Amino acid sequence: MNALSIHNLCKTYSNGLEALKGIDLEVKQGDFFALLGANGAGKSTAIGIISSLVNATSGTVKIFGYDVKMQRDLAKSCLGLVPQEINFNQFDTAKNIVLNQAGYYGIPRKIALQRMEICLKQVDLWDKRDTMSRRLSGGMKRRVMIARAMVHAPKLLILDEPTAGVDIEIRRSMWEMMKEVNTQGTTIILTTHYLEEAESLCRNIAIIDSGKIIEHSDMASLLTRLHVDYFILNLVQPVLNPILNGYEVKQISSKILEIGVPKERDLNDLFTQLSAANIHVVSMKNKSNRLEQLFINLIDNKNVRES
Amino acid sequence: MSVFNAFNTIVRKEIYRFIRIWPQTLLPPAITTALYFLIFGKLIGDRIGTIHGTIYMDYIVPGIILMSVITHSYANVVSSFYSTKFQRNIEELLVAPVPNWVILTGYISGGIFRGVLVGIVVAVISLFFTPLTIQNPLMAIGVVLLTSTLFALAGFINAILAESFDDISIIPNFVLTPLSYLGGVFYSVDMLPLIWQHISLGNPILYMVNAFRFSVLGVSDVDISLAFLMTCGFIALLVLFSLWLLHRGTGIKT
Repeated sequence: MNALSIHNLCKTYSNGLEALKGIDLEVKQGDFFALLGANGAGKSTAIGIISSLVNATSGTVKIFGYDVKMQRDLAKSCLGLVPQEINFNQFDTAKNIVLNQAGYYGIPRKIALQRMEICLKQVDLWDKRDTMSRRLSGGMKRRVMIARAMVHAPKLLILDEPTAGVDIEIRRSMWEMMKEVNTQGTTIILTTHYLEEAESLCRNIAIIDSGKIIEHSDMASLLTRLHVDYFILNLVQPVLNPILNGYEVKQISSKILEIGVPKERDLNDLFTQLSAANIHVVSMKNKSNRLEQLFINLIDNKNVRES
Repeated sequence: MSVFNAFNTIVRKEIYRFIRIWPQTLLPPAITTALYFLIFGKLIGDRIGTIHGTIYMDYIVPGIILMSVITHSYANVVSSFYSTKFQRNIEELLVAPVPNWVILTGYISGGIFRGVLVGIVVAVISLFFTPLTIQNPLMAIGVVLLTSTLFALAGFINAILAESFDDISIIPNFVLTPLSYLGGVFYSVDMLPLIWQHISLGNPILYMVNAFRFSVLGVSDVDISLAFLMTCGFIALLVLFSLWLLHRGTGIKT
């Protein structure tokens, strides 16, 4: 069964901006799905329509088979949303924010209290439950929003840039938590600008650009389309324009090289050639994340085709 | 799972909000009305004498109570709902399966609760100046509930349509306060020149103030059944308009 089905979804704002130009999207139940796109690509509009915060111009959206327009309440009860921006009452406590959300979903107070405790413990905020939310750190505020979105145990959880502005330690712990939630059966749709996050967490992916879906496939097959991996090598001694057969070489500085390694070549051969040329490597790292490279390629290709 | 739990949550949140900030919500009307009773009722009232056979202090008490109910039921909903919109935590309600009528009744109940509570506070303050006896308690409760409902609805619509904090102060300052003062709180319309008596009859607050005064003192400048009819009619209109705005998502959805 599809957790989310979008068909021919269009949105034109009153100022004439065509944010979505007839997108189709399907997310399977239990999936961890990445919805990627540059700023202004249409991600937030799509999420806004799915979560009933934005009125669609045309098209249909179904959540677990329930039409968000025709079967509004049933569709909404399946959905949990962690929005991009902090949108809770900053003068309320974390406890009340989560508790009230449970109430809005019709959960009786007694059960809501139990669920609130579970969710705040899950995001490691139980000790801060009585703290006024405006006194919480940025990472804690994001975790309050995650707890709030999970309090009614949604079958579909949409996380709109949940780790934006969060330090790496908290981000990693949030990844673990998201994985756990997904393992327990919740379908997750993630939008993020940290592409390594999408690559390490998500199994399927859609890329949206200028209101259109330009890629919709599984992560593994998408990544196999990347033909060249780029590495940055830091050298012991300066070199000048070395020639390495079968590899793209770009001199960044006298002691730093950028090497393009085609998929069919292996790194052992590269190091054999480097040793033969008496080039000693201190350290090596990926120039960019693989998905990031692919994302840039896809956007560039589309722009070239359009121009 | 039921909509009653959602309604209960909104009402509980609304009541908690204004109780938490009681120095801003409950204390000022107590001080302001105490000054009204002292200055208008005692110092000036003693020189005015009686109106419709009632001493001036007693005559103004119902009007001042109802004026406080009007102001605070309106203020509660307009400030709360606009803040919810401004901070974008209205999205908490919009993503949840809360029917529009539950959102409306939840916020309106909060407004009614504050209006009634302030009315009780003002009534208690008035007891320090004059012994208050209510001739028809049932009617008095009815008038207070209907009036607070009407003005809570008006506050709700103002909050939905407001685009800035300035927009939520225009109606109270330029419409509500003048209409309240000209609604016969401090005088009987019979005391006005004939032309102003006719103009005053177009002021809905005049009917509510007089209906409440009738329930407390047994005197009124207007027909009481007309006052009830008008109030109920306005409530029905504003309920429909509010639900239509919510359905369209005016001011709350993109």
